[in-house]
Amino acid sequence: MHIAIIGNGISGITTARWIRKLSDHKITVISSETEHFFSRTAMMYIYMGHMRYKETKPYEDYFWDKNRIDLVKDHVDNINFDGKTLSMRIGADIKYDKLVLALGSATNKFGWPGQDLNRVAGLYSYSDVENMERHTPGLKRAVIVGGGLIGIEMAEMFRSRDIPVTMLVRESSYWNNVLPAEESHMISRHIKGHHIDLRLSEELESIEDDGNGNACAVKMKNSGERMKCEYVGLTAGVHPNVQWLKETMLNVEKGIVVDKHLETNIKDVYAIGDCAQLSEPRPGRKNIEAIWYAGRMMGETAAYNICGKSVDYDPGIWFNSAKFLDIEYQVYGDVPGTLHDYLSTLYWEHPEGDKAIRINYHTDNNKVAGFNLMGIRFRHEVCEKWIRDGTSLQEVLENLNLANFDPEFYKTYETLIRKSFSEQSGISYQVKSKRILDRVTAFLTS
Amino acid sequence: MSNYIDKSLSIANPNPHNLGLTERLAILSGLLGLTIAGLHAGGVSFASTGMTFTIAFTLMGMSLLWYSYQHYATKKAGVKNDGVWFSSLASRGVIGWILGIVLTGFYVLLYWFPEVLGMGKAGAANTGIISLFDPLSNVFHGKPASQWFMYGTMYTFAILFFGIKFIYKYRQNRYQVIRTLSVMFFQLFLAYLIPEILSGLNGGFEGNWFDMDLKNQWPLDYDFAQQWHIDNMLSAGNIGWFFFIWSLLLVFVVSPYLTYKYGKRWYCSWVCGCGGLAETAGDPWRHLSDKSINAWKIERWMIHAVLLFSFVMTIAVVYSYLGKDPSKYSLTQTGFTLIIIGLLLALAASYAFLQKKNADGNKNKIYLASGSATLVAILLGMNWLFGSGNAFFLGGDAFKSSYGFYIGALFSGVVGVGFYPIMGSRVWCRFGCPMAAILGLQQKLFSKFRITTNGGQCISCGNCSTYCEMGIDVRSYAQKGQNIVRASCVGCGICSAVCPRGVLRLENGSEDIFSKTDEYKAIHISNEGVKIDLLR
Repeated sequence: MHIAIIGNGISGITTARWIRKLSDHKITVISSETEHFFSRTAMMYIYMGHMRYKETKPYEDYFWDKNRIDLVKDHVDNINFDGKTLSMRIGADIKYDKLVLALGSATNKFGWPGQDLNRVAGLYSYSDVENMERHTPGLKRAVIVGGGLIGIEMAEMFRSRDIPVTMLVRESSYWNNVLPAEESHMISRHIKGHHIDLRLSEELESIEDDGNGNACAVKMKNSGERMKCEYVGLTAGVHPNVQWLKETMLNVEKGIVVDKHLETNIKDVYAIGDCAQLSEPRPGRKNIEAIWYAGRMMGETAAYNICGKSVDYDPGIWFNSAKFLDIEYQVYGDVPGTLHDYLSTLYWEHPEGDKAIRINYHTDNNKVAGFNLMGIRFRHEVCEKWIRDGTSLQEVLENLNLANFDPEFYKTYETLIRKSFSEQSGISYQVKSKRILDRVTAFLTS
Repeated sequence: MSNYIDKSLSIANPNPHNLGLTERLAILSGLLGLTIAGLHAGGVSFASTGMTFTIAFTLMGMSLLWYSYQHYATKKAGVKNDGVWFSSLASRGVIGWILGIVLTGFYVLLYWFPEVLGMGKAGAANTGIISLFDPLSNVFHGKPASQWFMYGTMYTFAILFFGIKFIYKYRQNRYQVIRTLSVMFFQLFLAYLIPEILSGLNGGFEGNWFDMDLKNQWPLDYDFAQQWHIDNMLSAGNIGWFFFIWSLLLVFVVSPYLTYKYGKRWYCSWVCGCGGLAETAGDPWRHLSDKSINAWKIERWMIHAVLLFSFVMTIAVVYSYLGKDPSKYSLTQTGFTLIIIGLLLALAASYAFLQKKNADGNKNKIYLASGSATLVAILLGMNWLFGSGNAFFLGGDAFKSSYGFYIGALFSGVVGVGFYPIMGSRVWCRFGCPMAAILGLQQKLFSKFRITTNGGQCISCGNCSTYCEMGIDVRSYAQKGQNIVRASCVGCGICSAVCPRGVLRLENGSEDIFSKTDEYKAIHISNEGVKIDLLR
């Protein structure tokens, strides 16, 4: 059987790797972006000089031959679903028995005047970071439109080269549609502390042409201010990269609609990662989750289904992470930007304002629901077990040390946190567990 | 792809963010100190030698402090790797290569042509750069400097001041701060001040010097078991006996115990002088270590070959002098042969046992390691039966001189430090150090230490692997959710420090000591619901 995978990002590559673990099928991975798989999340570090492209490749180049995964650097122009054939831009047609669509995302553009000028781009594919690099010499100011995770990455990239950055963020505080208010304020402060000109409650009106097809300034919608700049970063989110499939027999809404086995409406055609839209997402989850971890889990699940083991896609308990300039962020479970009415919350922030812990719990039965960590590392497995088991808030507070994952000798704040949480919730506690790996191992295997 | 890479000859990286005016001034004042020292070496002096020494080293030290403060402390604490791969100095650009050649040249002169550096021969007065250290040597010993006194002083200076730079750089990370204070302490007191003062107090142990660095141990200290060294120790009275017994305790009791509890990091990145220099002065080049699987293969063959070589050399040396002077030592050649054969077989057996008990126990490794230990034992036994007074039919001197030249000088010195800007800061520790090899075997097979991976949070970005000075592909484990147990890991903790998602933690635990990388750990956290057997 020949399995063709379009897209060599984390989803497509995970599928390929797992198909190889599970079977001897012929595997072909097609991408026009780069010859080899690289870590998309590490693109920023190439521009910042922390790594070269070479270092962002998670597998050495010999890996693909050794595992008999054929790589094709070409672009798929059309898919003939009836004839199970891909027509390629450069090479000959490719016939497949099963097809995996791991097409990724494309940058959102909202019809702004000037959005297609030179020196205007998002940050999603490898060519975007090349584009940034190409236009960096002589860059006096960059304007970034949109506040999410990519926006702050782009700001950090430009700041690493001492290029002044203005960020236009529609919300009244950074990423407050996802982060609770306190965390959102912390990051807003931190952004300003890095000398980034953060404009909250501000939107893009238009981008000006310098007469040669290059962006030279932006106009802001609310203040009406015009700001000169030589680069405009569009980071107001992404959408599934499926425009080119909309006129086909494939069922495409916002993304490619898939069932719980990640199969599309067409037999033997699967869609995974950013481009997939789940027809029945799990309760509390979105139907499109354009994040690294979801892509990886989907990739593995698709491989099982392709190899004849029927497995439902189950992303488990929500988790995610990011780094906002110097502040690491981890989230486990249910921590929405605006608190659901069945939840209560406990929040502790370090006096210096760069570390915080939030625990959400069910108001009626005190069972923990989620953790938000800023500048403090928590153990994924411990948090997940607490949430899955419906552990009581009191028990979590008593064993809080089990979750701490900060490096050795770091100051621990558990005592302060417990005190603060106990005052907020009225729950009394006794300290039970210390931060010792043996206890963690025992807890996790119990 | 970057059009930003600076391969120019400019002194400093032109990236304005990386180097501002004050930082450049700081570097210039350091270079001024270096020039003053250089002029003195060339015979041009403005002041007395003592004054020149003080001015030159104060300038260099202060400029490093000033630079570190400006470069790191005036900015928010955080990962400071901006522009590393754009820097000519740090990414094998012209400046990096020049520095590599200069350092290598310096070591060649130091080991084999000290007179070029100004070492006075046969009682003649020192000239050149070595004479700059005469006043300080006079304070300690009441006599002019040797090239080794100069080297020790420079070495300690480098660890102290680059250590402070390192602390500024990683000030958000207390593990790094405390670890660096530790290597600074051990270098300044145990390796430098205490031995220099002790030998000064004892009239320099004129003609019967022995190593008084409390942390130096066999087999890194390959001179330990040589006849002159043992003789000098045992003839030095109580203090000699103290060092003799302590050295044996260190090798056979203290070191195995600490490695069992904390992994080899207790020595390699907290105590050791070679490690200390690599972690401080060598830090700008840590990312240059080769991460490829081929480099790993070469590493395993090379470091264990050196280990075997050091074993054989030591056995040969001891055996030879036990024979030469049977009246002097209570241990006979026969007794020694029996002890070593017993020790080797015990080592081979425990290696096989531990290797088998470990999750990834590998038969070939068992055959290879046990085989070579047994082979050495058989050779030794045959030699005792049929041989002359020499061990391995060759004699200790042949082994000693080739080990001293190839391993002691060429590998650990010339290549070990000279190649910092080309192959990264841990070339010696990774490919050559027999001490690291022994501790590594123990770390892999019988130690509580491991680097834990935090569930499914890895994003495969590669910062951990890139900044691993030992060339471990940390990411290859982290992205599988697997804990990391590698013989070569020195536990510097930088992978954990540069991880943007809080995925890695250095830990000690006894509960799963033989299955630290077991499948249940390796199962991805995200695989809930897909925990089914692989098809084959």
